[in-house]
Amino acid sequence: MTAPIQELRPGRTDGHEPAVRLDAVSKVYGRELLALDQVALSVDRGEFVCLLGASGCGKSTLLNLVAGLDRPTAGEIDTGDARIAMMFQEPALFPWLTVSGNIELALRVTSSGKNTTKKERRARATELLEIVHLGGFGDKRPHELSGGMRQRVALARALAQEADVLLMDEPFGALDAMTRDLLHDELERIWRERELSVLFVTHNVREAVRLGDRVVLLSSRPGKVIEDFPVTLPRPRRTDSAEVAELASTITDRLRQEVLRHAKPATQPAAGAGIEK
Amino acid sequence: MISAIVLVLAIWELVVLSGWRPEYVLPGPVAVLADLWNRLGEPEFYEALGVTMRRAITGFAIAVLVGLVVGAAVSRVRPLRAALGSLITGLQTMPSIAWFPLAILFFKLSESAILFVVVLGAAPSIANGLIAGVDYTPPILLRAGHILGLRRLALYRHVILPASLPSFLSGLKQGWAFAWRSLMAGELLVIIAHQASIGEQLDNARELSDSPGLLATMIVILVIGIVVDMCFGAADNALRRRWGLDQRVG
Ligand SMILES: Nc1ncnc2c1ncn2[C@@H]1O[C@H](COP(=O)(O)OP(=O)(O)OP(=O)(O)O)[C@@H](O)[C@H]1O
Ligand SMILES: [Mg+2]
Repeated sequence: MTAPIQELRPGRTDGHEPAVRLDAVSKVYGRELLALDQVALSVDRGEFVCLLGASGCGKSTLLNLVAGLDRPTAGEIDTGDARIAMMFQEPALFPWLTVSGNIELALRVTSSGKNTTKKERRARATELLEIVHLGGFGDKRPHELSGGMRQRVALARALAQEADVLLMDEPFGALDAMTRDLLHDELERIWRERELSVLFVTHNVREAVRLGDRVVLLSSRPGKVIEDFPVTLPRPRRTDSAEVAELASTITDRLRQEVLRHAKPATQPAAGAGIEK
Repeated sequence: MISAIVLVLAIWELVVLSGWRPEYVLPGPVAVLADLWNRLGEPEFYEALGVTMRRAITGFAIAVLVGLVVGAAVSRVRPLRAALGSLITGLQTMPSIAWFPLAILFFKLSESAILFVVVLGAAPSIANGLIAGVDYTPPILLRAGHILGLRRLALYRHVILPASLPSFLSGLKQGWAFAWRSLMAGELLVIIAHQASIGEQLDNARELSDSPGLLATMIVILVIGIVVDMCFGAADNALRRRWGLDQRVG
């Protein structure tokens, strides 16, 4: 590779191409709904980036674009030859397959899974279910599980894909605090082991600080990156630690400003308008 | 179910008692059920039933095959969809009896003529069931399949086909209803010599003014239609329960 070093994110690039790079990406729905406006964002290899923003600001839209499920109206998205796994905002499990069957299908499609036997895939699916604390639920149907359990199956399915980039859209929204903590630990461990690049959408600021190397704030209508907080706290972090709480409250303040700015009745309709007033 | 049968029999008896038609034209339930009981003891009945069911199964099987191939092709190939999509729906509304003159011209008075019409009657519904199923595959499942790396045929096999199963099943159910109707019309119109069948028994009974026999045969036709329909209904219910699509609330 003779690609020039791109200083997209000063001080963060280390000579490698990032795993995911968005360059002035805009997305317009229909005729005039500007969901994303000139978004620039990159996720380095092995980096964990959390995305925060008000409801409807374009987070899911952004993930869909990165996953290649939709095309940007303008701008460029580069994911190189990375294999991408995605956890949707809803579980999106196949109702005609059992829980284990859903994961086995994902295993079967991966390059390393092509030559495995049904039995091997079954065993691997059982392992993955244990990782998300659902051992013993393999033979159930998705509709027999609770919402949070379904999300965990979706996580297991995403992990089964053995991707390089993991996109997660509010994956732990429906979980209790205890289970969420456990899954944070598991996710962090797997992220480290596999050197995954993660783009993680959440509404929970502490969760973002707990997990992310960076926390990126999106504004609403149009969605734009307004702030990028590096999180330098040593890992493993605890969601209820004072340091996490402190940074979370700083970010929350910034987020509140942004939401309030939008709540005001007479805001400028987007295009090109400055963010700060 | 039982109360429905009792109700029908009671109304029937009342109509007979009212003297609306003389009893040799419209016999009461007792006479007809006695005739039915007699028939059920005769080997000729089973011979006729065998012939009719063989035709029904053959015709329906061919219709499923044709429906699957046409449905799959139309749902995947855009130009075919434009050309055939509404034609298939049009065919569905075509009364099958209108095909018989053509069928007889093609195949003379033979079993092929009957099967031809049965297939034409049932295949459009089956194809339409599949097409609707493919069209209404939940987009989120398509996206999930895409993310898993499934494309084209693999996506079709692992996501689209299974997702269209409920709709395909209702297509089959409707297809069966059309097949059974077409078959009875066919057996009344295309009488093949030395070949007993349920439809032919119906025609015989009319010629001999054997009203109890005629009504008894009609009951047989009705019961077969209902029983097969119930089988499809049961399959549909089982599928819905397995997938958590149960419509019942509370
Ligand atoms: N398919 C679509 N067609 C039209 N508009 C859409 C479509 N998908 C999203 N939008 C609009 O784009 C904007 C961003 O939606 P998006 O789903 O990305 O929000 P989000 O940040 O994920 O919100 P949430 O946190 O509530 O999930 C919203 O205003 C939404 O109405
Ligand atoms: Mg969303």
